[in-house]
Amino acid sequence: MVEVQSLTKRYGNITAVDDISFSVEPGEILGFLGPNGAGKSTTMNIITGYISSTSGTVTIDGFDILDNPKQAKMKIGYLPEIPPLYIDMTVRRYLEFMFDLKRVKLPKKEHIDEVMRLVHVGDKGDRIIKNLSKGYKQRVGFAQALLGNPPVLILDEPTVGLDPKQIIEIRNLIRSLGKKHTVIFSSHVLSEVSEICDRIIVISKGKIVADAKTDELSAVISNNLKLSLIIEGSSPAVIAELKKIPGVKGVKKLRDLNGGAAKYTVDYQKDSDIRRDVFSAMVRIDCPILEMQSGNETLEEMFLRLTKEKGGKTDDSNS
Amino acid sequence: MTAILKRELSSYFQSATAYVVMGVYFFFSGMFFYLYCFRGNSANLSYVYANMFYIIMFIIPIITMKTFSEEKRQKTDQALFTSPTSITGIVIGKFLGSFVLYTICCSIFLLYAVVISFFAQPQWSVVLCTFLGLLLLGGAFIAINVFISALTESMIVAAVSGMAVGLLIDMMTYFISMISISWISDLLEKINFINYYQNFTYGVLSITDVVFFLSVAALFLFFTVRILEKRRWS
Repeated sequence: MVEVQSLTKRYGNITAVDDISFSVEPGEILGFLGPNGAGKSTTMNIITGYISSTSGTVTIDGFDILDNPKQAKMKIGYLPEIPPLYIDMTVRRYLEFMFDLKRVKLPKKEHIDEVMRLVHVGDKGDRIIKNLSKGYKQRVGFAQALLGNPPVLILDEPTVGLDPKQIIEIRNLIRSLGKKHTVIFSSHVLSEVSEICDRIIVISKGKIVADAKTDELSAVISNNLKLSLIIEGSSPAVIAELKKIPGVKGVKKLRDLNGGAAKYTVDYQKDSDIRRDVFSAMVRIDCPILEMQSGNETLEEMFLRLTKEKGGKTDDSNS
Repeated sequence: MTAILKRELSSYFQSATAYVVMGVYFFFSGMFFYLYCFRGNSANLSYVYANMFYIIMFIIPIITMKTFSEEKRQKTDQALFTSPTSITGIVIGKFLGSFVLYTICCSIFLLYAVVISFFAQPQWSVVLCTFLGLLLLGGAFIAINVFISALTESMIVAAVSGMAVGLLIDMMTYFISMISISWISDLLEKINFINYYQNFTYGVLSITDVVFFLSVAALFLFFTVRILEKRRWS
């Protein structure tokens, strides 16, 4: 549906987007994840044809955004980071304008009514946009993107600045839209992306640092699994015994606790489960396990590590 | 294009802009009309038209200052340029929006001619010819100001620069008389708006004058399209 190939955008010496390639299948919800200034908005602006790329191509349903801008743009609904609202218009008049601007061929009144109902602004039609709260403005922006039922929806940080209730509503909306549309949406909130998206692309400093299905993501990128333990007994003996277990790559004592116990972390290989072995080993040397917690590297940790490792330090020099 | 035109006009008429602009235009044209035609006891509108040049120089930048600068500042240009409407269509829609408001302002002159017709026989050929000249001059100047608006994010900057350009055009005749290098003064003479406009106020309709204003308008609308395109590529 959306095909992006070796997209690069340079502003003078600054490379905002650096050789990005990916494709999105019909009906897929793709999350675009990255810190501020990573190049998310720039990429989205290029996909929607607002700015051009320095090199690389974007095709929407077979239409190149530069060669066939009209056909390509008719297939996209775009909600930029700041909703493009004419604040002196009423909601309905604004949507009517956008309807004409986008050359939608559906019955005008019915379609606008339907879209307004969908984003829950049905009763706000006669309000002037200026006087609406931020949550409602965001929804009107959403409505604008939905006009004409475009097969591709591109949403740039649609939940920023909303209160928790509104965030949940918008998330539900995106999820329900994902059934009929191809959705690309960006965020710097990891939990949000992992909750809604089928697939996540992590982007940092203009480069893609990870591209995987949501549930595979943490497994794909973290080679090590971790076990954190609190064990009673003499530390050297415990450490020596733990190291003997097959699959263990490293044992670290974090600190002593009261009552002769200590806290350890054990790194082990991805495809082995060492919890039973740890249990029986500790029974053998008579050191009771007080606490055992297995933890994959959380998405947050992984995200921070990825954006630091591969992209270097993050900064806000471009957006 | 029609969507943009409709939106421009509704934005003028739903805010105070249209009414203030029309009010100022009607007030000053009415004042000139009163001074030259009633006090001067004349059925000749030429002087009134000639003086309208100054009013236009101030009114038009006010009409056009928002066209592109405000879109950019409010980021609504993202909606425009990601829509299937072409940039040329957007620019022409914006231009026409301003031009329609300007035409409404200018149509007061037809009313003045009707008022005169109660007292004397106005020269309808002169009246209509000058009316056309006024529209063409305005069209060219609107195109220049739409271009200026596309250059900046601030509508104040757009308006003030537009007025400065207007004053420069207005004072062109003085500049020309001050320049002694003949090829420069000849060149400036060729682009002196007043020369072309004055012929209309005498009731002379020449194809040169019409083509001059039409080409200025077309040229600056083309520049506007280019500058908006260029921004996408930089």
